[in-house]
Amino acid sequence: MDRFKDAGHLFRLAAVFLLGVLVFMGVRSLMVPKSFGEYGHYRGNALADIAARPINFAGHQTCETCHSDVFDKKKDGRHAHVNCEACHGALAKHADDPTSVQPPKLDAAVLCVRCHEANAAKPRTFPQVASEEHSSGLACDTCHQPHSPAITAGATK
Amino acid sequence: MTRRHLLLLLPAAGLAWQHVLAGTPESSPNYKTSEHWWGMLIDIPKCIGCGNCVRACQSENDVPDGYFRTWVERYHVSDYDIENPIVDSPDGAKHGFPPAKDPSGKNFFVPKLCNHCADSPCTQVCPVGATFISPDGVVLVDKQYCLGCRYCVQACPYGCRFINPHTETAEKCSLCYHRITKGLTTACCESCPTGARQLADLKNPNDPIHEFLKTHSVQVLKPSMATHSKTFYYGLDGSVR
Repeated sequence: MDRFKDAGHLFRLAAVFLLGVLVFMGVRSLMVPKSFGEYGHYRGNALADIAARPINFAGHQTCETCHSDVFDKKKDGRHAHVNCEACHGALAKHADDPTSVQPPKLDAAVLCVRCHEANAAKPRTFPQVASEEHSSGLACDTCHQPHSPAITAGATK
Repeated sequence: MTRRHLLLLLPAAGLAWQHVLAGTPESSPNYKTSEHWWGMLIDIPKCIGCGNCVRACQSENDVPDGYFRTWVERYHVSDYDIENPIVDSPDGAKHGFPPAKDPSGKNFFVPKLCNHCADSPCTQVCPVGATFISPDGVVLVDKQYCLGCRYCVQACPYGCRFINPHTETAEKCSLCYHRITKGLTTACCESCPTGARQLADLKNPNDPIHEFLKTHSVQVLKPSMATHSKTFYYGLDGSVR
C-alpha cells in the first residue's frame, strides 16, 4: 500500500465530491415534487389540480332536468339550440342550491340587442334589427317571447 | 479515508438514492387522458360578435378585467385594399361591437383563443416546466410552478398569453380543462348562441369534427409557424392574422 501513501488528498477530494452529490440529491428531492416528470417535463399533479377546479356554468342538460316546461316551449322555436346560460349567465350555484340561489331577473330591453342589434359584420341570414327603429323603445318581450321568439297571437310568457 | 468510512458511506448513498426515487403517483380519476385529443372548431360565418363567449370565459375562469383568455375581433376588408384589413376588438368584444363605421366591403367576426398547438412554442421556452401540453392535448399552465418570467408570452405567435396582475403568473385559455374532464363542454361553447364555437375531440371517432373536416375547407392561424394548431377555422379569410 505504499503507492497510495501520497494520495490521501485525492481520497479527501472524492469524499467531498460524494458528500456534495448526496446533499444535491437530498435538496432536490425536497424541492422537486414527486410527480414531476410523470408525464413530461412538468409536475404531473398539476393536471389533477387544474381539473379539480369548481365549475360555474352548469350546462344545459342540468337545466333541462328541472325546467322541462321551458325546454318544451323552447324546442319548437328558433332558440332551440341556444343554451340556457347563453342568456341567463353562469348558474351552477343555482343548480346546486335551487331554493336559496335565485338567478337574476333579465331585462329583455338590454338582453336581446346583445345579439340581434343590426351590424354589418353579422351574417346576412342572422335575424337582426336596428332596435331604435324597430321597437321605438319598447322592450323586446312586448311582442317576442325569448324562449320562442316567433310572434304568435296569444303568446304567453 | 479508511475502509471503515467507505463502508459507512456507500449504504448512506444508496439510502439517499432510494429516497429520490420514492413516491407513488396520484391515483387518477375516471377520466382517461389517453382517450382524448382536444381541439376547437371555429365557424367564422356563424359568429355574430355578441361577446357571450368573452363574458362566459371571464366568469367561469376568474379572468381579471382588461385581460382575455378568448376574444373576438372584427375585420373590415375594403374593396380597394384587401391585404390590409381594419381590425377592432373593443374591450375584447366583452360587450359586443358598435355598428360598423363602413358597411361596404367585407365585414366579419373572428373569435380567437389559445390554439392548443401540438408543437407549441410556449412550452418549449418554459424554463421550469410550468406550461406544458397535457397527454390529452391541452396546453396548460401550472400556476404554482410558474415564475412569471414572461418568456412564454413572448414566444406565443398568436398573442394568447398574458401575465395575471394579481398572481404575477402566466395565464391563458385552459380549454376549460376542469369542465372537459367532467364531460362538459367549454364555457365559451356553452354560451355561444349560434354554435360558432365547437369543442372537438379528435380521438373520439363519433365526434362531429371528423365529418366537418372531411366536408369543409378549414384552416389554422399562421400555418407557416408550424405549430400544429388544433384550433380549426372554417371560412377563414386570407387577411386574418
